[in-house]
Amino acid sequence: MFDAKLVKKDFPIFTRKIHGKPIIYLDSTATSLKPQIVLDAMNEYYTKYTANIFRGIYVISEEATAKYEESRVKVAKFIGAKSPNEIIFTRNTSESLNLVAYSWAKDNIHSGDHLVVTIMEHHSNFVPWQQLGKETGWVIDIWRNNKQGLLNLNDLDKLITRRTKLLTITSASNVLGTINPIKKIVKKVKSLNPKCLVLVDAAQSAPHMPIDVVDWGADFVAFSSHKMLGPTGVGVLWGKYELLESMKPFLFGGEMIEEVREDTSLFKHAPHKFEAGTPDIAGVIGLGAAVDYLTKLGMDNVRKHEEEIVAYALKRMKEISGLTMYGPNNAKEKGGVIAFTMKQAHAHDIAQILDEDNICIRAGNHCAMPLHLDMGIAATARASFYVYTTKEDIDALVNGLHKVEKIFE
Amino acid sequence: MDIYREIILDHYKNPRNFGHLKRPTAKVEEGNVTCGDRIIMEINVKKNTLADIRFSGEGCAISQSTASMLTEKVKGMSLSAVKKLDAKYIFSMLGTTLTPSRTKCALLSLEVLQKAVAKIHP
Repeated sequence: MFDAKLVKKDFPIFTRKIHGKPIIYLDSTATSLKPQIVLDAMNEYYTKYTANIFRGIYVISEEATAKYEESRVKVAKFIGAKSPNEIIFTRNTSESLNLVAYSWAKDNIHSGDHLVVTIMEHHSNFVPWQQLGKETGWVIDIWRNNKQGLLNLNDLDKLITRRTKLLTITSASNVLGTINPIKKIVKKVKSLNPKCLVLVDAAQSAPHMPIDVVDWGADFVAFSSHKMLGPTGVGVLWGKYELLESMKPFLFGGEMIEEVREDTSLFKHAPHKFEAGTPDIAGVIGLGAAVDYLTKLGMDNVRKHEEEIVAYALKRMKEISGLTMYGPNNAKEKGGVIAFTMKQAHAHDIAQILDEDNICIRAGNHCAMPLHLDMGIAATARASFYVYTTKEDIDALVNGLHKVEKIFE
Repeated sequence: MDIYREIILDHYKNPRNFGHLKRPTAKVEEGNVTCGDRIIMEINVKKNTLADIRFSGEGCAISQSTASMLTEKVKGMSLSAVKKLDAKYIFSMLGTTLTPSRTKCALLSLEVLQKAVAKIHP
C-alpha cells in the first residue's frame, strides 16, 4: 500500500501556494493532476527527439516512433487487451465514443433499430447517440437507476430485444460514483441478444481501479489520458480487432494511408487507419509514463486507497447539517466521488466559499444534465478523490463546509 | 472574499420585491441551465417608467440577491435608463467584482429585466 502524503510529493502543483495557502484539489473526476515523471517524459520528447513518427529514417524519428508505439503496448497491457493493435489513440473519451458512433454504429445500426443508453451517462456518451439518432432514425431507450443510484439488471430483460444493436454504458458514474457491474451486464446482454454490442465509457474507472477488457467481455472501451495522471489531448479507444478491421475510418488524412491514387485510397490496418494526421506524440508518450506510474502504485492499491478516503469522507460529511449525498452510500460500491447538496446553500455558493481556502470542488451538473433532471436537482456540488488525496484534505473540506453552514445559517 | 457580505446574504435570505404582479405589462423568464439559476421578472410600466416590479426564481446567492437589489434600484426608473444599465452598474451595486465564472450569475437578472423592457420599448 502507498502513502498518499508521499504520492503528493511527486506532483509539483502541490508546492504552489495561493494567498499563502496550499491547494486542496478535490476535482480529479474533472481532470487529474500530473506527476513530474509525466511532465519529464513529454519534455524529453520536445528536447531530445522531436520528430514526426512513421516516416523519418533518421535516429530521432525512429526513437519517437518507438516511444509512441511503446505507449500503445503499455496501455494495452494496462487494460488487459489481447494486442496493442486494439488500442487507438484519439483526442479524448468524447472522440473515442464518436469514433464508434460514426465508424461502427452508422453502418451497423439502421433506422428503427434500438440502442440502450443509461440515464447516468456523461454528455459525451449521451449526446452523440441522441444527435446521430435524429439523422439515422435510431430508437434510444433509457436505462434508469434507482434512488440509491444503482441499475437493476432485471430491467435488461425488457430493454434488450432482437432489435437492440448497442448498449452504451459508463463503468462508473462521474456524479453518483456508482460502479456498474460491467461483466455481469455484458453477460446478461449477450445472453439476451448475442448480436448486441456493448460499449463501455471507462473514463471514470480506468484511472481508479483495475480493469480488464477481455474479462468484461465488452466490444469497445473508451477512456481519457488526462483523468489518469496523463496529459490532456489524448484519449483511448479499445475495440476487438476483428471489429476494428471491419470498420471504415471516420477521419481521413495523413499517417493512415497505405497508398493514394487519383480516385482511390488504400488505408492502413487498425489501429493506424483511425489515427489520421500527426497525433499528439508528446501526449501519448506522457500517457505511457502515467501508466507506468499507476502500475507502480498498483491499481488494486489505488482502488483500496480511494475506498478508504470515500469511507472517511462519507462519515465526516454527515456532520454537516442540511447536507444530502447522492449515489451509493457505501464506499465498497462507490468510486472516488461524492456529489452533494446543502439545503441552505446553492452548489455554486458552496464551491465559491470553499475556494477562499483553495479547496477545489466542482458545482453544476457535471456534464450529466439528464441525470440531474431525472433526480429533480438543478445542480450539485461534487468532491472527488485520487491517489494524492489524504484524510487531511477531507478534513479541510469538512471545515470548509462548516464555514458554509455558518455563513448561510 | 467579500461577496458574501452581510448585504448580499440579507437580500438572499429576505428577497425584496419577490413574487408576482397581478397584471404585468411584461414578463420574461430566463435561466442559466447549467448552473440551475432561474429568474422571472415581471414589470408594470406607466408613462415609460417602471412603476412596479417583482421577481421570482431560484439559484445561487449571487443570482438571487442581485435580482433583489436590482428591483429596488430600478423601481421608478425610466425605461430608457434601464436599457442603459450595464455590468459595471451591477458590480458597483454589489460593491465587488466577481470571478468570470460567477459574473453570469450576477448579470442574469439585468439581462432578464432588459428583455422585459425591450418587449415594451424595443
